[in-house]
Amino acid sequence: MAKISFTSALKRFFPDLKEELHLPGTKVSEIMTHLEKQYPGLTDYLVDEDGSLRKHINIFVDGQLIHDRQNLSDSIKENDEILIFQALSGG
Amino acid sequence: MKKILVGTTKGLVIFEQKATAWKIAKVHFMGLPVSLVYVDERTNTWWAGLAHRHWGQKLHYSTDEGQKWHSVPMPKYPKDAEVKLGKRATLKKIWSMSHAGFDKPGELWMGTEPGGLFHSADNGQSFHLVESLWNHPSRIDENQWFGAGRDFPFIHSIAVNPRNSDHVYIAVSCAGVFETKDGGKSWNPRNKGLIAAYLPNPHVEVGHDPHLMLVCQSNPDVIWQQNHCGIFRSEDAALSWENVTDSSGIADYGFALAIDHQNPERAWVIPAVSDEVRVAHDLALCVCRTEDGGKTWQPLRNGLPQEFCFDIVFRHALANKNEILVFGSTTGNLFLSQDAGEHWQCLSSNLARIDYVALA
Repeated sequence: MAKISFTSALKRFFPDLKEELHLPGTKVSEIMTHLEKQYPGLTDYLVDEDGSLRKHINIFVDGQLIHDRQNLSDSIKENDEILIFQALSGG
Repeated sequence: MKKILVGTTKGLVIFEQKATAWKIAKVHFMGLPVSLVYVDERTNTWWAGLAHRHWGQKLHYSTDEGQKWHSVPMPKYPKDAEVKLGKRATLKKIWSMSHAGFDKPGELWMGTEPGGLFHSADNGQSFHLVESLWNHPSRIDENQWFGAGRDFPFIHSIAVNPRNSDHVYIAVSCAGVFETKDGGKSWNPRNKGLIAAYLPNPHVEVGHDPHLMLVCQSNPDVIWQQNHCGIFRSEDAALSWENVTDSSGIADYGFALAIDHQNPERAWVIPAVSDEVRVAHDLALCVCRTEDGGKTWQPLRNGLPQEFCFDIVFRHALANKNEILVFGSTTGNLFLSQDAGEHWQCLSSNLARIDYVALA
């Protein structure tokens, strides 16, 4: 299971969003699938309709920005920490 | 009219009339960019489109005048829809909404960027791309549909003929006006008489830049448009357009347009200096009104600031009902007239940029 944390900004739109989640998955895309099941509509805030990560969203896996923003194919290992943040756009 | 809905880059601001004064009663979506406001007059349902910088486009509605908002799944382009060869189409922005007619309860139209018209048959719970327009040969040709001030073309105006809800007009920047008479199964361009001064051939069939198009509800053969290249009016249901730009005055370039739905001869525009400058003419705010179908235009300035106004009024930021007009500007000023534009009062000069004004 990977540990998922979110920017607090998402709490405004998903008040029930837990600060920390533990989800199974071997790729970032699988984590997204599980997230959508738990919080319907959440992934629409994170990815574009073609499945790519939104321009101003960043996902870090163990402190490293993911490489594949298009297909979210970066690997996830057991106990990885995943941070989902909004980018610092606009100053 | 009881409320003014003002879509700003920092929230949806609701003004209500209390005694004789209009005051801010509520702010919804505080801090968020409200890029669309639409009131479905059939059910008094309020729609608000949000253009989040981070989270993408979102759409919300309220059936109780904003006491409670609900979100709906965003319209999606089909996976094989390409905005141009090899580039998949994805929703960039919701520009416009319209109900589909009083005889079609629950049906809605939505105009988007990059050039997709969507239809809903379930009160907006789901939207589907109108493939007949998307696959129109002119849209597939990048030389005929293209962006204007945006990366892609967008559908900003949707007008349903009040006498026949299968008869619908849309206006696209840039492409022009299109018409369907069969409820959206087929579409034809209706741009004869328009001018595209920015093209080698200004009289192309498709490639025009209407900024806003409105159909007169009491006489739907009369259609107006504020265009990039002036003001145009049709008296034959868009089969031809007449240039009614004020060649000796300032009623020429601009975005906003309002028409009198009971009097097909009367309309209002808010001129701006050309596309290269985009400020109020002589830095003085002015609304121009015609009472004779665009033959003459009268400047109306009473109550509007006349010094150092950098205000522009965007295409959806002027609304009217009967003798009341309200407009909001890029610099956050909101003005009201209750006598068809003769006199104006400033309701606020401290709002964020105003993109949309609607009356409820």
